[in-house]
Amino acid sequence: MIAFLIKRLMHAILVMFVISVLAFAIQDNLGDPIQQMVGQSVPESEREEIRERFGLNDPFLVQYARFAKNAVQGDFGYSYFYREPALEVIARHLPATLELVFAATLIIVLLSVPIGVYSAIKPRSPISRLFMGISIIGISIPVFLTAIVLIQIFAIGVTVTLFPESTGWGAWLNDFFSTEGNMPSFGRGYDLVNVVGNWDTNLATWNGLQHLVLPAVSLASIMLPLFIRLIRAEMMEVLQSEYVKYARAKGISMRRVYFVHALKNTMLPVITVGGVQIGTMVAYTILTETVFQWPGMGLMFLDAINRADIPLIVTYLMIVGVIFVVTNTIVDLIYGMVNPTVKLTGKPA
Amino acid sequence: MSTTNNSSPASASPSRWERLRDSYIWYSFKRDRTAQLCLAVFICMVIAAFASPLLAPTNPYDLSQIDIMSSELPPFWIDGADERYALGTDAQGRDLWSIVLYGTRVSLLIGFGAVILQALLGVTFGLMAGYLGGRVDTILMRLADIQLSFSTLMVAIVVGALVKATMGSAFYSQYAVMMLILIIGLAEWPQYARTVRASVLAEKNKEYVDAARVMGLRSKRIMFRHVLPNTMSPIFVISTVQIANAIISEAALSFLGLGMPETHPSLGSLIKSGFDYIQSGSWWITLIPGAVLVVLVLSINLLGDWLRDVMNPRLYKG
Repeated sequence: MIAFLIKRLMHAILVMFVISVLAFAIQDNLGDPIQQMVGQSVPESEREEIRERFGLNDPFLVQYARFAKNAVQGDFGYSYFYREPALEVIARHLPATLELVFAATLIIVLLSVPIGVYSAIKPRSPISRLFMGISIIGISIPVFLTAIVLIQIFAIGVTVTLFPESTGWGAWLNDFFSTEGNMPSFGRGYDLVNVVGNWDTNLATWNGLQHLVLPAVSLASIMLPLFIRLIRAEMMEVLQSEYVKYARAKGISMRRVYFVHALKNTMLPVITVGGVQIGTMVAYTILTETVFQWPGMGLMFLDAINRADIPLIVTYLMIVGVIFVVTNTIVDLIYGMVNPTVKLTGKPA
Repeated sequence: MSTTNNSSPASASPSRWERLRDSYIWYSFKRDRTAQLCLAVFICMVIAAFASPLLAPTNPYDLSQIDIMSSELPPFWIDGADERYALGTDAQGRDLWSIVLYGTRVSLLIGFGAVILQALLGVTFGLMAGYLGGRVDTILMRLADIQLSFSTLMVAIVVGALVKATMGSAFYSQYAVMMLILIIGLAEWPQYARTVRASVLAEKNKEYVDAARVMGLRSKRIMFRHVLPNTMSPIFVISTVQIANAIISEAALSFLGLGMPETHPSLGSLIKSGFDYIQSGSWWITLIPGAVLVVLVLSINLLGDWLRDVMNPRLYKG
């Protein structure tokens, strides 16, 4: 276990090193910081002096060492736009993104497990087929399009006039398919509750939850089909295995066989894939937050790109790198714990 | 397109057509209504997209044919439609039917281009990693792991953003098609590399490889002429999925403003430009290109599903 931890730690450090070199190279090659700091009228000689004073003429490695030293201490420089430390800007935007990811994950877990298990147990039932059909359509719809459709239906409203109004059932059908469109689709709302520090939560008030619904459903929509299909495929494989047949033959109730014996082994690959997908979710938050103007890290990153706010871009990349490395490590650890057959150290047992 | 022809690798006496007709893949295609429908839809869309200069009533790239006075007209089934514009017009007064045709062409072009680049990179690296093993394998696969753990979309967004920031948006939008092919191609090669490597590892220890080596063939020849043909079926299966992914990635990048410019839109940038007008009730500007995108991607994905069931390669799970 200790050996595995050390090995993972070395791997994580290596990855972070690569990311930091890349991030620094970006910072080094993009734009001229002096130009961002001083006005047009400052003469070249003075600029050169500032450049010397800030050590911008030092060799690449010397500058990188300085950058790395500051970064390890949590100093990523100042955001050009916000005029405050980049890390603080990120810290202020982080809770919004984390709440969005949390809500989406909740939706995914609550829906994918029952649907996946059901469609594995009864693969030929019409309901399973319906779910599988919906899930492949879901995979084919990009997340921002889901978001736009949700906005159209639930925030703007749809008036259907397809059926003839004159007949009773026509009017009823029109009514049935029309939506009012009163869901909020913009930002986090006014009713946020401060939990601690700069963490304002959406989860405590009705208004906050209302604002969270559409973004969270959009974000969940991209992963949900993948998980349903994965759980179904793994569960069907497990149901074929000898120990499940044996458990059945022993006369254990089917519910127990499905949910205690089979589900445990189904969840193993789901955990690994799930860890990787959390990383993917971070990428999709950029899209979701853009559509809903959700003031999280993703929207901040996109704004930073459009404003060429290099320190903020670099800090975002580093922080996202840390999130990825940490989740991957945790997933490996959990996997090792729930599946004792995995050799964590890589040595022959 | 990759479905029918590719099932018969080039060789030997019975003609390709005969081999295809006798193959299991043709047999299963004849019995699968979904696959037939999807292939038909896909081929129609490809033909319509690449024949867009012939089919489109107006040329949306030609500014002289655009009239700002006729902007935001609804499609034909809604009151207030103009009979000149069957699907209505967008916010700049461009005929939506024409611009969607042209946009589909751009999306397909980038999708195919990016997948070809991915396949070239991924197959070469995957073959090298699997066949040569050792340090080459470690370095390449560690690189692939790192890149995949970051999710391909994230890599594409970051690279796109940085390229745009370095080169300036004017330059970027001028070469946007090439840029997007490069970005998406570079972001997704690990998928191919992993799949190819896994099947190379399975093939490597078979006797025909030993025989080729004993005959004194060089490893490059063994890799490309002997091992590669036997790893083809998983490559076809992931290729279909990858085309769909590349089209979605392109749409996502364009939606974020990191892709095709609005003067030369793809389906993604059409959705983006229409999204600004959805609050004013002009839903068709964004939802019609959106629907086209979904139908395109869905038909490719369903074809991929069918192909996977038929070829049943043991895809590398990871």
